[in-house]
Amino acid sequence: MTDTTVLELVSPSALLKSEPVEMVVVPGTDGNFGVLPKHSPMISTIRPGVIDIYAGGKVSERIFVAGGVAEVNPERCTILAEEAVPVSDIKADEAQARLETAQADLKAATTAHDKANAERALEVARAQIAALSN
Amino acid sequence: MASLKDLRSRIASVKSTKKITSAMKMVAASKLRRSQDAAEAARPYADRMGTMLGRLAAAVGGAQGAPKLLAGTGKDDVHLLVVFTADRGLCGGFNASIIKATRIKVRALRAAGKTVKLICVGRKGADALKREFGDAIVARYTGVEGKKGIDFSAATDVADKVLALYEEGEFDVCSIFYNKFVSAISQVVTEQQLVPFAVPEADGQEEATGSSAVYEYEPSEEAILADLLPRNVGVQIFGAMLESSASEHGARMSAMDNATRNAGDMIDRLSIQYNRSRQAQITNELIEIISGAEAL
Repeated sequence: MTDTTVLELVSPSALLKSEPVEMVVVPGTDGNFGVLPKHSPMISTIRPGVIDIYAGGKVSERIFVAGGVAEVNPERCTILAEEAVPVSDIKADEAQARLETAQADLKAATTAHDKANAERALEVARAQIAALSN
Repeated sequence: MASLKDLRSRIASVKSTKKITSAMKMVAASKLRRSQDAAEAARPYADRMGTMLGRLAAAVGGAQGAPKLLAGTGKDDVHLLVVFTADRGLCGGFNASIIKATRIKVRALRAAGKTVKLICVGRKGADALKREFGDAIVARYTGVEGKKGIDFSAATDVADKVLALYEEGEFDVCSIFYNKFVSAISQVVTEQQLVPFAVPEADGQEEATGSSAVYEYEPSEEAILADLLPRNVGVQIFGAMLESSASEHGARMSAMDNATRNAGDMIDRLSIQYNRSRQAQITNELIEIISGAEAL
């Protein structure tokens, strides 16, 4: 029996996942980091990207998150994500449409606040397309 | 004394009212179940967000340069109240109680010389508060609850507005007013401070599980806090929306249950009255016939 750490993936509307995993790679703001059992405690923000869940030395599941926060301690890894979908459920045309809407919004944005929002949406859309292409 | 025809039409109208109220009750019951599930599903996120923020806030503490959302503006002159009501009526005292609580609060704040601003979520609250505090309402939102329940983006809209106002220095303290769901027949009006963030009291459990270990922060405490605090505003508002929606359906269900029962009682009473007057009329006619026959 290999060591496992508990991965908890929570979105505002539901607890999406709570299960033991061997390793999980999280897209932190300052770069990806892998979480193995007995990881030292840390809290990091997450950029839009893909969470890779490993089982038996291979990637078993890939989940796209649109940003959030991760809290890691020796027993568990809790990820609070604003939006989370399995990569296999993302449709290329929807992601493309999202990218275009975000670009249009950015152009139309007048206030700094709107602009920041549109930029964030754009980043999410780009990350989603990137997630599909590999 | 009402004629037989009048009674008949009254009975028919009460019957159709009863049909409507009992249908509304059943709709409310099924919506209640759904929104209760949604409220429960959202709890883990809010809980974990709360613990994380508490830990961070403790780490950053009252240090200089703490984000404004945590430290506050240092004043409490302008209060912003976010009031959650339903879009529709016919749900007992649900809207009335929240509006009453808001009114008392606004009057108290104004009496203390503070400025009050209001954001109304839900049509009923905005309509009722407009009369007295029309000039204080800065924004109103309706149609929060869509066909598929409440979407997080609805909460983000409201949160963005609150944060934008805070950025512009439009208010110092923000509280939310909503009905907290206790059970289908009981909802409690709750006031909760949103801005500045109220650090929860550290509980003993934390120490016991040994998770009070020193955390590493990436990128830094301040950066995470700056990211997390606005998000927390959204989560709190989302939670309030869900609680409010569950309460609304609960309140409507019990109100409609009462209405259905009252309609049933009324139908019974009217039927007795109808039967009696019909009998009286028959007796009357008989007497007339018999006395007519005897007079011959």
